[in-house]
Amino acid sequence: MPSVSFKVNGQRVNVDVPADIPLLWVLRDQLNLKGTKYGCGVGQCGACTVHVKGVPVRSCSTLATSVAGQDVITIEGLSADGTHPVQRAWEELDVPQCGYCQAGQLMTAAALLAANKKPTDADINAAMEGNICRCATYRRIRGAIHRAAELAAAGPSRAGSGAPRDRED
Amino acid sequence: MTTTMERRAFIGTLAKAGLVLAATSAGVRRLEAFELPHEHGPLAGEWEPSVFLRIADDGTVTVTCHRSEMGQGVRTALVMVMADELEADYATIQLDQGIGDNKYGDQNTDGSTSIRSGSYMKFRNAGAAARMMLEQAAAAEWGVDASAVAARSGTVVHAASGRSLPFARLVARARTLPVPQPVVLKQPSQFRLIGKDVPGYDLRNVLTGKAVFGQDASMPGMKYAVVLHPPVYGSKVAKYDAAAALKVKGVEKVIEIPGAPMPSAFLPLGGLAVVATSTWAAIEGRRKLVVTWGASPNDSYDSVAYRAELEASARAEGKKVRDLGDAGGALAGAARKVEAEYYAPHLAHAPMEPPAAVAKVTGDACETWTCTQNPQASRDTIAAFLKIPKEKVTVHVTLLGGGFGRKSKPDYACEAAFLSRETGAPVKVVWTREDDIQNGFPHTVSLQRLEAGLDASGKIVAWRHRIASPPISSVFAPNQEYHTDSELSLGVLDMPYEVPNVRVEVCKAPAHSRIGWYRSVSNVPQAFAISCFMDELAHAAGKDPVEFLLAALGPERVLDMTKTGTVNPVGNYGAKWEEHPNDIARHRRVLQTVAKESGWGKKLPRGEGMGVAVHRSFLTYVASVVHVKVGPKGEVTIPRVDIAMDCGYAVHPDRVRSQCEGAVIMSLSNALTSELTYKNGRTVQSNYNNYQVLRMSQAPKHTAVHLVHSGGPLGGVGEPGVPPVAPALANAIFAATGKRIRSLPVGRQLAGGPVAVPAGSR
Ligand code: FES
Ligand code: FES
Repeated sequence: MPSVSFKVNGQRVNVDVPADIPLLWVLRDQLNLKGTKYGCGVGQCGACTVHVKGVPVRSCSTLATSVAGQDVITIEGLSADGTHPVQRAWEELDVPQCGYCQAGQLMTAAALLAANKKPTDADINAAMEGNICRCATYRRIRGAIHRAAELAAAGPSRAGSGAPRDRED
Repeated sequence: MTTTMERRAFIGTLAKAGLVLAATSAGVRRLEAFELPHEHGPLAGEWEPSVFLRIADDGTVTVTCHRSEMGQGVRTALVMVMADELEADYATIQLDQGIGDNKYGDQNTDGSTSIRSGSYMKFRNAGAAARMMLEQAAAAEWGVDASAVAARSGTVVHAASGRSLPFARLVARARTLPVPQPVVLKQPSQFRLIGKDVPGYDLRNVLTGKAVFGQDASMPGMKYAVVLHPPVYGSKVAKYDAAAALKVKGVEKVIEIPGAPMPSAFLPLGGLAVVATSTWAAIEGRRKLVVTWGASPNDSYDSVAYRAELEASARAEGKKVRDLGDAGGALAGAARKVEAEYYAPHLAHAPMEPPAAVAKVTGDACETWTCTQNPQASRDTIAAFLKIPKEKVTVHVTLLGGGFGRKSKPDYACEAAFLSRETGAPVKVVWTREDDIQNGFPHTVSLQRLEAGLDASGKIVAWRHRIASPPISSVFAPNQEYHTDSELSLGVLDMPYEVPNVRVEVCKAPAHSRIGWYRSVSNVPQAFAISCFMDELAHAAGKDPVEFLLAALGPERVLDMTKTGTVNPVGNYGAKWEEHPNDIARHRRVLQTVAKESGWGKKLPRGEGMGVAVHRSFLTYVASVVHVKVGPKGEVTIPRVDIAMDCGYAVHPDRVRSQCEGAVIMSLSNALTSELTYKNGRTVQSNYNNYQVLRMSQAPKHTAVHLVHSGGPLGGVGEPGVPPVAPALANAIFAATGKRIRSLPVGRQLAGGPVAVPAGSR
């Protein structure tokens, strides 16, 4: 069994893996990083999205051996304290329903914003097309990406207050 | 500290006060190995004024959620309700997810019932009773009248003197007090959380990857398994060769799971399980299995041929289920006759998280952790499958990565339990996406034939509706070949339009797959057929569709559901008609609201159109207007959807909105792209590449949700947004193109080419 060494969320790991195992199952079963989800296994849904060298990849369709020596970031490492602009924006808009797809959505959105500080709706469509949300939170995801772009431009700040919000109907 | 005696006495008095209470949960065994982060279990000495509420000596408030969280926000809503009546601090409340236990009452998270059927009042009563006792304890402490003190966010305050005491200081005294009679609930004007928007209880965990779903459950020493299920319903393993599978590194065993005979209810389909040291090894091992499957009576199931069979069935007289006036005579004498047939295919639930379960069997006891909508059914089905007492089965509920009805059926948890017993180790069963789409409980397929007669003024005088659709009961009992009254009560028998002569018949439709309920159940095809047909009638009558619907609904009144001419009583989602009438005023109001908000009737460019539909389901009234744009090649885009919902009262308005937003898109997926078909008894689709659901670019550009506060009795929220959207889309396509969509999905029906499907998703 080949042994592969890479960095996950800043920590060096060394694991023995089968040659053909996708990164997804190494993260989930061997490294116990279960925030990265299985949704389809064939690159169709985006639930398994992680960053490799800052680029969003589908970990279900990425061989673990191919990330040797590289930097992998999962949802657990997106920010130290859950205050990445996408996490703050997602919180403000209460984006998730069941939440299962959201790690993948956040990772894809974070990579989009890293490459494009002010994405248009068309940019968002193109970047997010590979991430299915069966609960269909697309409207809020789109709104939260625009909001995260504003938050990122404004610089770091504390997470939302958690207080109840009154809303007009 | 109180004794068990005191707690029992307390529970007894509360029960007399009419509160919903049951035995203490102190006997719940804690699991040594895997504890869900959201499952704490009772601590010694906690005050337990209700099975849903515990308060510790240090003031910690723990609320038990007995329903499953699958995105509809039940964990948030129930904490809000309890915290509000109790005047606890929402931010510090602990949430405990209830195991499957009858003491909680019905736990089946299904039928959009979690708030509407009881929990709302149970939680309010429990919170209010405990709050009053804490207030009385404080009043006694200070020697003032209880009316002079008030609880506020985890403390009790005496305004006159400015004194306050936290709950922690009051618990010991409060628990010894008699239960107040009567329990005084807050007035709605006093609500601080109910009716407000509160961040989701699990939000932070979801955003940081800490939320635990069924697929994430694990235990030390656990084995992983995937199951090769029979490709055809009713087929069994005839022979197999596991040698190559067993050579895959990490694969330990291949075990045959016995399949239940048809109809197999919630029991496993059977097949071959590959047990391994990792999910990947199990998946790889399964690919290497060589199996010969035995013959099944469903081997020739073919969706194209079956559709023709349903059409023939619906074109002949069926079994009468409703007969009001003389539909045949009125049809013959009508000034104008319209007829149409509507087809809606099987659908797969395809929740983002495929089913999964971890089980550990020790002797005749079983403990399981699973993403289930129904922990009590999971417990009972595991007990039946393993032939062990159900008291020995404990079902812990994880978060659900979507459910939509699929996770009410615990076959996958039975598989895990069986494999744990066979291997002597904890086993996690993972369903892959392929298993989910190919071996689930598909939503029924439906062919409906509608005929109506209009008089010279365009009023509907006759209506005949024939339904050929395999019933859900076919998965539980033999010879179930007709859609049942309970399914017809989802839109057909409770149809609100004023027609003097109505006949409804069910036509033969034997099932060739498992059939299971899917978000909003038979409302999906039935609202599609009825609401599209109403649009056809409006055009035949030369009327504006909204005007035509309002005229057909008639004046504001409550319908007498005992005088509809049905053979059997019309179902009402488990509620009494007296408490939840079929209220025409509420139908009209949502329809008028959505028409106004959407700008109904405005002039649109060529190739664009608006369609409308209104539908009551799960005691909630919903109307939708879809604005569609059809391109020269038949590409469908949706600039805007308006949806108006009257669920009586919205406990958590923002979550009601998000449920509507999701329902709109799920309904559009049903209408535009999703279809599960069979050939040679096997499903043709296998994963999201060919079982397509909407993606970001296909979603409506704008979705506007309009909550109509009628102050009516509470209705459901999770499902009722789905039914009216698909027909509103089909009607909009007609308005845009002149082409009727009578068969779902729209797929490639529009002239010139396919609907827009994103690159890379085919
Ligand atoms: S699990 Fe990787 S794209 Fe779906
Ligand atoms: S939030 Fe449920 S799948 Fe996206």
